[in-house]
Amino acid sequence: MELQHTNFKHLQAAHCENGVTTALLRHYGITKITEPLAFGIGSGLFYIQLPFMKVNGGPAISFRTMPGLIFKRTCTALGVPVTRKKFRSHEKAMQELDERVLAGKPTACQVGVFYLTYFPKEYRFHFNAHNLIVVDKKGDDYYISDPIMEGLVTMNSYELERVRFAKGAFAPRGQMYYPGDHLKEPTDEQMKQGIIKGIKRNCRDMLHIPGSFGGVSGIAYTGRQIKKWKTKLGDEKARSYLAQLVRMQEEIGTGGGGFRFIYGAFLQQAHPYLKADELFDLSRQFTAAGDKWRDAAIQASGIYKGRLNTQADYDNMGDRLIEISALEKQAFQQLKALMGKMK
Amino acid sequence: MKKEEIPQDNGALGKIAREVTYVVDENGNYSTGQSTGWDVKTEALNVAWHDVEAKIEAAKQQVLAGTASPILYFMEKWIMDLNILASYTGYWKWTIKKHLKPSGFQKLSEDKLKKYAALFEVSVAELKNPFKQSE
Repeated sequence: MELQHTNFKHLQAAHCENGVTTALLRHYGITKITEPLAFGIGSGLFYIQLPFMKVNGGPAISFRTMPGLIFKRTCTALGVPVTRKKFRSHEKAMQELDERVLAGKPTACQVGVFYLTYFPKEYRFHFNAHNLIVVDKKGDDYYISDPIMEGLVTMNSYELERVRFAKGAFAPRGQMYYPGDHLKEPTDEQMKQGIIKGIKRNCRDMLHIPGSFGGVSGIAYTGRQIKKWKTKLGDEKARSYLAQLVRMQEEIGTGGGGFRFIYGAFLQQAHPYLKADELFDLSRQFTAAGDKWRDAAIQASGIYKGRLNTQADYDNMGDRLIEISALEKQAFQQLKALMGKMK
Repeated sequence: MKKEEIPQDNGALGKIAREVTYVVDENGNYSTGQSTGWDVKTEALNVAWHDVEAKIEAAKQQVLAGTASPILYFMEKWIMDLNILASYTGYWKWTIKKHLKPSGFQKLSEDKLKKYAALFEVSVAELKNPFKQSE
């Protein structure tokens, strides 16, 4: 596809918000940024199981921070101005986007995936926190850089307007956002400070969030819950719950292992800036945690495929999460201690 | 996960794009690789769709038995719940609850029927009688 108004380079990423953040910042002048760095500076890693709340009739579990925060935090850390707009009027939302795109300024939009035409039907639930970049427009067609895709895709104005104004939880309300135009490459010192701040914030979120259902203690909380699911919910529902956990952990966007592998990559990429060799060992610990998450997913799949069905199988699954909780707790404590030594 | 361990199973997403995954080499250094899918998560997605289908079928039976209005069937078919349906139509949830009952559905004005029909991408006739062709 030939772009007319911009020389934007499409970037495929594991996660949509990381991808959008990275591609936009690179386009507007910050070449030091990568997907793992954006994820780490934005303190993207998290875990929470919201009690009393259901998503699609299953447990409300998330492996990442709130939508929008990664972009905001990363830009703030690198001294990049951010503009974010919501619209009441559909016309105005499309018109303002057109003005920017025709002026050669790629712009990110938050959209819902239910009506996203190029997505396979199997993935089209009412999920409204997907992110993409609108890079160009020709006639009625918009050229879209969706980080999940391998190349650019197109949507016409009706289709784009529809996904920008999807309804339900986290309704995007036409939301569009973008960094400033001519960005200054951050110094290595700025990168270092951004990374330290991002890690410290992540340690805080994982170690010290109040309550027992968020952070590393939240993982153990889910583990203990899982052991009760079989008797409390019955076989069918318990299977659906486990499937939902695996979907949140492995589905498009996590880079595998509930983002733990991206975080491991981040710690390695942080090394040139922080110059602390302990980062390599910590990276290995997150890789190990990610592998354990994936092993747990295989155990869960044994249950929801119907191959495993005893209480012992559920106990095994629950114990795996309790073990992961302990591993991640240790890793974050070491990370926190290391950050305490950094200046 | 190591690069050679990246699963390359058939996945729904694999039809349109291979997914980026973060993997380590033998020295533990990170790079990225692509995956066409993983059976473990394809199965998880299947479970979710199985649940959706079951809900649609249950709604259909309720409509046929005359205990629910076709709005319930279409709501489930479009994977919506009261909250989502309320925000797409602009009606209050308790209003929609009335429309989900056959008695409330009978009283719907032509305008409201048209609104539901447009949202569910059917004609008003199909909205009133969703299972006509299939029987």
